Amino acid sequence: MTSTTEQSQRGGINVARLLMSFGPLMFLALLIVVFTVLKPSFIDPINIFNIMRQISITGLIALGMTFVILTAGIDLSVGSLLAFCGMVAAVVAKGGTANTLSLATSGTQGYGWFAALLAAVVVGALAGGVQGFAITRLKVPPFVVTLGGLTVFRGLTLTISNGGPISGFDASMRWFGTGLIGPVPVPAIIFAIAAILCHIVLRYTRYGRAVYAVGGNAEAARLSGLRVDRILISVYVIVGFFAGLAAFVLSARLNSSEAVAGIGYELTVISAVVIGGTSLFGGIGSVGGTVVGAALIGVLQNGLQFNNVSSYTQSIVIGLILILAVAFDRWLKSRVRR
Amino acid sequence: MSPAEAAAPSLSPALLAVEGVTKRFAGVTALSDVSPEVRPGEILGLLGENGAGKSTLLKILSGVMPPTSGRIVFDGVEFAPHNPQDAKRLGIVTIYQELSLIPTLTVAENIFIGRAPLGPLGLVSWRKMEEASRGIIARVGLDLDPATPVSALSVAEQQLVEIARALSLKSRLIIMDEPTSALTETEVQKLMSIMGRLRKDGVAIMFVTHRLEEASAICDRMTVLRDGRLAGHLDREGGPIKLPKIIEKMVGRAASELYARPTLRDVAGDVRLSVRGLRTVRDPQAPHAIVLEGVDLDLKAGEILGVAGLVGSGRTELARAIFGADRIAAGTITLDGKPIAPETPADAIALGIGLVPEDRKHQAIFAALGILTNFSIAALGRYSNAAGFMTERREREALASYRKTLSIRMASPEQPIEGLSGGNQQKVILARWLARDPKVLIVDEPTRGVDVGAKAEVHQILVQLAARGIAIMMISSELPEVLAVSDRIVTMRRGRITGEMPGIEATEEKLMELMALDQKQEATQ
Repeated sequence: MTSTTEQSQRGGINVARLLMSFGPLMFLALLIVVFTVLKPSFIDPINIFNIMRQISITGLIALGMTFVILTAGIDLSVGSLLAFCGMVAAVVAKGGTANTLSLATSGTQGYGWFAALLAAVVVGALAGGVQGFAITRLKVPPFVVTLGGLTVFRGLTLTISNGGPISGFDASMRWFGTGLIGPVPVPAIIFAIAAILCHIVLRYTRYGRAVYAVGGNAEAARLSGLRVDRILISVYVIVGFFAGLAAFVLSARLNSSEAVAGIGYELTVISAVVIGGTSLFGGIGSVGGTVVGAALIGVLQNGLQFNNVSSYTQSIVIGLILILAVAFDRWLKSRVRR
Repeated sequence: MSPAEAAAPSLSPALLAVEGVTKRFAGVTALSDVSPEVRPGEILGLLGENGAGKSTLLKILSGVMPPTSGRIVFDGVEFAPHNPQDAKRLGIVTIYQELSLIPTLTVAENIFIGRAPLGPLGLVSWRKMEEASRGIIARVGLDLDPATPVSALSVAEQQLVEIARALSLKSRLIIMDEPTSALTETEVQKLMSIMGRLRKDGVAIMFVTHRLEEASAICDRMTVLRDGRLAGHLDREGGPIKLPKIIEKMVGRAASELYARPTLRDVAGDVRLSVRGLRTVRDPQAPHAIVLEGVDLDLKAGEILGVAGLVGSGRTELARAIFGADRIAAGTITLDGKPIAPETPADAIALGIGLVPEDRKHQAIFAALGILTNFSIAALGRYSNAAGFMTERREREALASYRKTLSIRMASPEQPIEGLSGGNQQKVILARWLARDPKVLIVDEPTRGVDVGAKAEVHQILVQLAARGIAIMMISSELPEVLAVSDRIVTMRRGRITGEMPGIEATEEKLMELMALDQKQEATQ
C-alpha cells in the first residue's frame, strides 16, 4: 500500500538531490559566463589562479566550518582565531615580536617555517578544543561560546603584538603563500589537498558518519552509542586547526601577521558553507558544496573588482547575491518537492 | 458488511458532504473517489492505516491543498478553500497532532492570537482577554489561570486549549488528527467526555485516530479508508462499532490473523539480565518525571518479557536506566551473572544491550539521513576497518540481507528514512540493533505509529529474534500487543512492578487489575 507513494518520493528526491548539489554549481557557472562576456580576460589562467589563491584562506576555514555546521553548531571566532594563530606563527618564525622587513635584520633567531606552522595549527586546535569543551561540558550554546572567543582571541592577538603587525619572514616560509608549483599557486594546492582529505573523512570514514548522525539527531546518536560530546569537541578542534593552517598561509602570503587580520572572515566562511548547501540545522551538507560556495564568493569578488566596481558597491552586490543564491536553492527544492 | 454500507437514516442534512473527491500527485493517486459526510452533533471517525489517504483528505478539507476532482459541500454551499484561513472563516478548524500553540505565550494570548480584544485606545485589553478566555476554557473542562504560559501545561491540557480556541472561533466542524496519541488513559477519558459535550452542543467532529478502542467508544459513524479508496462506512447500530469489523475494513482481512497468539514456546534459557532494587534519582529539571522505586526483574535468554503499564508507570524509565541513558541511584544490574553499571548508552551497547526507543522521530531515526546511515550507526565498528574507513560493501550487503529477512519496503539505501512508512522505519531501527547481535534487546512501544498490517510483522520479527536466543523486553501500552507476543508479562505502576504472570494465562482484564495495584501482591497466582 505504501509502495506507490514511496516510489513517487524516490523519483522526486533523486531529481531534488541532483538540483541540490548542482544548484550552486549552476549559479557559479552562470557567474563565470557573465563575467567572461563582460570582460573576456576574466577567464585568463592568470586570473583564475588569482581567484584560487584568494579563496584558499577562507576556503580552508570553511572546510573546518563544514564539520561544525554539520553538527548544527557554529563558530564565530574563526576570524579572530586566525589572527591569533598568525601572530603565534610569526613569533615562532621570528623568535620574537620584532617588526622588521626581513628575518636577517630582526636581530633574533627564528625557529623556521615548520615550527611556525606547527605552532599555528596546534594553538588553533587547542583553542577550538577549549571552546568545544565549554559547549559540551558547560552547556553554553556554540553561538555564545564562540562569540566570546571572537573577542578573547582578538584581545590575545593585540596583547602579543602590541597592536601592530609582525613582518618579515624568510623565503622558505613565504613560499607557502606566494610560491607556485608549475603555474598553480601553493595556497590553492594546499586548499585542494585539504578539501580532498576532508571529503574523504566525511564521506568514507566512521568518524564522518558520526558527524552527520550527531547533526541529524543528537539524542538518537547518543542512544545509538555515539559519544556525542567527544564528536562535538572534535569538530571545534578541526575548525581551529584549519584556522591555524589558514593563518600560516595568510602570514606567508603577506609576509606579515597583522593584528587586524581576519576581521569579518567568520561571515565569509559561514556564507561559503551555507551557499554550498550545508544546512544550519545540521546533518545535511558536503565538502564539495563548501568548495563551490567558497568559489562562488571568490568569483563574485574578483569579477566585480575586474569590472571596476567600487568595493562599497561590491559588498552590496555580494550580500544580495548570497541571499539570492540561497533563495534560488530553496526555490528549486520546493518546486521539486511538490 | 452490507448493512453498514447502506445509507444511514438522515436525521439532519449533512453539514459537510464530500462528493467523490480524488487527489493525484504526479501520477500517483493518493485519494480516489472518497465521499464521507458529517452531520451537526455527530462524531465521525476517519480510520485507515498510514498511507490510506487520511492525511490527504484532511489537508483538502482544511484548505492546505485542493482536490484534483470532486467537490465539497459545506452547509449546503459548495466549498473550495484556497488556504486554511478560508476554511477557518467558514467554521472548519483542524487540530493537528503537532500542536500549533506558541509555548512562550499565555493560554489567553494563544486563544486570542491575531484577534486580541481592544480597549478604548485601540490597545490590547488584557482584562477583557482574560475574562473571555476564562469562559472559553471552562467549556472544555479546563480549570487554570488563563495567564499561565502554555509551556507549563501538559500535552493534554494544551490539546484542550486548542479545542477551546477552535470553539472561540465559532467552529462548526472540528477535525481532530490523532488527538489522543500523546495522552494518558485518564486524559483520554476527559477528552472523550468533552467531545461528547460538544456533540450535544451541535458541533460536528471528525475524529482521526489509530486507536480503535477509542474510536469504537465514541464515534457515531466511521468512514474507513484503505489504499486511498473508501473501504466502507460503519454505523453505530444500537451499540458501539465492534473492533473486528473495523480492523477487517482497514486491512481487508479478518482481525483474527493479526493478533494471533503465538504457540506456547519453550523458554528454557538461563537468566540473562537481572535487576535488583533499581532506583533512579529525581531530576530537578523534571520534577514531574517518574522515578523507579526499587524494581526487581529477571529476563531470560530467548524470552519475550512484556512490560505492561500506563503512560507514567515507569516503564520507559526502567528501560532507560538499564540502558545507561538515565542515572541510577541504587540497585544492581547483572548481565550473564556479571554485575554491570552502564553510565552511558555507549557502555550498555558495548555490553550487548540494545534499545528501540518509544519516540521514533526524536530518539531513533535520523530523519534526513539515508537508510544506510540509519541502519549502521550503532555498529559503525563492524562496518569499518582498523583505519576507520567504512567498508561500505559489507555494510550494503548486510542492509540488503535485513531488507529481505525483515521485508523492509524501501527504494534505495540512500533514500532518506523519513520517506518510509512508520512500520518500515521501525524495521530499519530493529535492523540497526540486529547488526550488533545483542544479548538483550529492549523495545519500547515497538508498534507506535505503525500500520495495523505492519504491526503483525513487527511482532513476528520479535518472536523470531527471541527464538535466536535474544532476551527481549517489550514495553507497550497496547494490551493486545503485550498479550500477542509475551512469554511472560509484568505490570508496572508508579515506578514499581505490581504483578507478574505467564503470557499464556494473561487476559486484558487480569493485566488491568494488576496494573491498578500499588504494590506487588504475592497472591496473584
